[in-house]
Amino acid sequence: MAKATAFDPRPWYLLSPALLAIAFLVIAPICFILVYSFYINVDLGVDEVAFQFGNWQDLLTDSYYHNAIWKTFRMAVIVTVLAAFLGYIPAYFIAHTNFRRKWLLLLLLILPFWVSFIIRTMSWIHIMGNQGAINGVLIWLGLTDEPISMMYNEFAVIVGFIHVFLPYMILNVYVSLEGIDRNLEPAARTLGCTPWQAFREVTLPLSLPGLAAGSLLVFVLTAGSYVTPIILGGPNDFLFGNLIYDAVVSELNWPMGATLSFTLLFLLGIVVVIYSRFMGLNQLYKALS
Amino acid sequence: MRAWNLIKIYTVLVYIFMFAPVAVVLLLAFNSSQFGGFPIEGFSLRWFAKLFENEAIMRAFETSLILGVLTAFFATTLGILASLALVRYKVPGKEWITTLLISPVLVPETVLAVGLLIFLRWLSMPRSFAVLLLGHTMIALPFVVLVVQARLVGIRKEYEEAARSLGANPLQTFFQVTLPLLMPAVFAGALFAFTISFDNITATIFWRPAGSETVPTQIFGMLRNSVSPEINALGFVMIVITVGVPLMAGGLARYFARKR
Repeated sequence: MAKATAFDPRPWYLLSPALLAIAFLVIAPICFILVYSFYINVDLGVDEVAFQFGNWQDLLTDSYYHNAIWKTFRMAVIVTVLAAFLGYIPAYFIAHTNFRRKWLLLLLLILPFWVSFIIRTMSWIHIMGNQGAINGVLIWLGLTDEPISMMYNEFAVIVGFIHVFLPYMILNVYVSLEGIDRNLEPAARTLGCTPWQAFREVTLPLSLPGLAAGSLLVFVLTAGSYVTPIILGGPNDFLFGNLIYDAVVSELNWPMGATLSFTLLFLLGIVVVIYSRFMGLNQLYKALS
Repeated sequence: MRAWNLIKIYTVLVYIFMFAPVAVVLLLAFNSSQFGGFPIEGFSLRWFAKLFENEAIMRAFETSLILGVLTAFFATTLGILASLALVRYKVPGKEWITTLLISPVLVPETVLAVGLLIFLRWLSMPRSFAVLLLGHTMIALPFVVLVVQARLVGIRKEYEEAARSLGANPLQTFFQVTLPLLMPAVFAGALFAFTISFDNITATIFWRPAGSETVPTQIFGMLRNSVSPEINALGFVMIVITVGVPLMAGGLARYFARKR
């Protein structure tokens, strides 16, 4: 590093609009979330400037909130694990197939990102609802007279989440599998491995960064959601995000909404930090572009 | 080879899982039944006619389109400027700046949404279209930065240096050399930003000005009652826009590239 080089202002001119936007739209708001969490909620939409820990005390002592955190964690783990199992094999297939139209498979994988999230979520009502496809077929076959109730429960929420987040998992794993030297598995085979051993001891470990990046994305996205449970879940299938939504939109309790938001940010922040300690964030950037 | 066949079947099943529900929406949009679900009673376009007569939905469509186009413009502009700085110049703390620019992806959207609202509240500013636009721009920015940066790294600096040495000033160099080479990434980034804005619901529910709806929030409101057949028709139109337009753009680009 040459010390003599003068300060070059040009890149900062170019960067300033984007950095200003981030400063005013991300950094400052997060600081204000923290500040507001110490305010007092007086009435609907009215709060008083204060520095007290009432909201935080509620959060730490009320089991309603603990329950929501546990439920959210559980849901995020279930969705992540299922997405990993469902997503790894297709990613492996796309990476290893000799199929000439591989680009088509990849395009189909990106396509869901362009189909509206709310439409994709709603579409499960057409599959599992009382007037849905599954019940339609069952009644048509005469297997049941009354539609079987499958909707508005935890299972429907899980299915909705996996449907929306699975492409993230497949893409991440695919990117990582595609980067593995094709000769490694045959090499392991000639050295006496069974196909399963070759996969388990060579390919699987080398694809872990992609699996980890996909899992992180799915976990964080699930844990931060609130729309899917509203559409597909029943009254008891709320997540932590729903508490924030209720506090801010329904109850207009800004200080509590701020406290809950900061908690969510903090908890998911821990997850991201743990991940980046082990993996670094570069893998994530690679997958996102 | 038996294992490989199992993998193949499994993959097909996963693809069916991903696309069957969407296909069902597309199918039900043409159902003449007055309910939004099965059974299919006959072919009809009446729900599309109903859709275009529904003023609330049309207004939401207009809002979403304008918002999406403006978001694409602003996010792409900011993204190109920032990427140029990060790729073409030596910037101290590059890693940190990149992380900062990507940060809207790392922070849960609900938190971003509440944070911006609280900040506005502190400034005593009401929610407005401008806030929605700023918010969407911020959410789309990371994706544009990543796409444009990846392309910019692949454009050799020598082209720009040649233009400069032949007497072009920096602006001329950018508009006549760098930007044309960057065009595919600019289009991809803009399309990305448009789709992100057009599709966003998590943050939009919080940010939308009172009485104003975008298409996703409109659908969200309508779903509270029941799945009306109009929603299926609306879904059809949305899918055609967000999937059809990029596919057509991609197809045309390939077609012209081959012709040349």
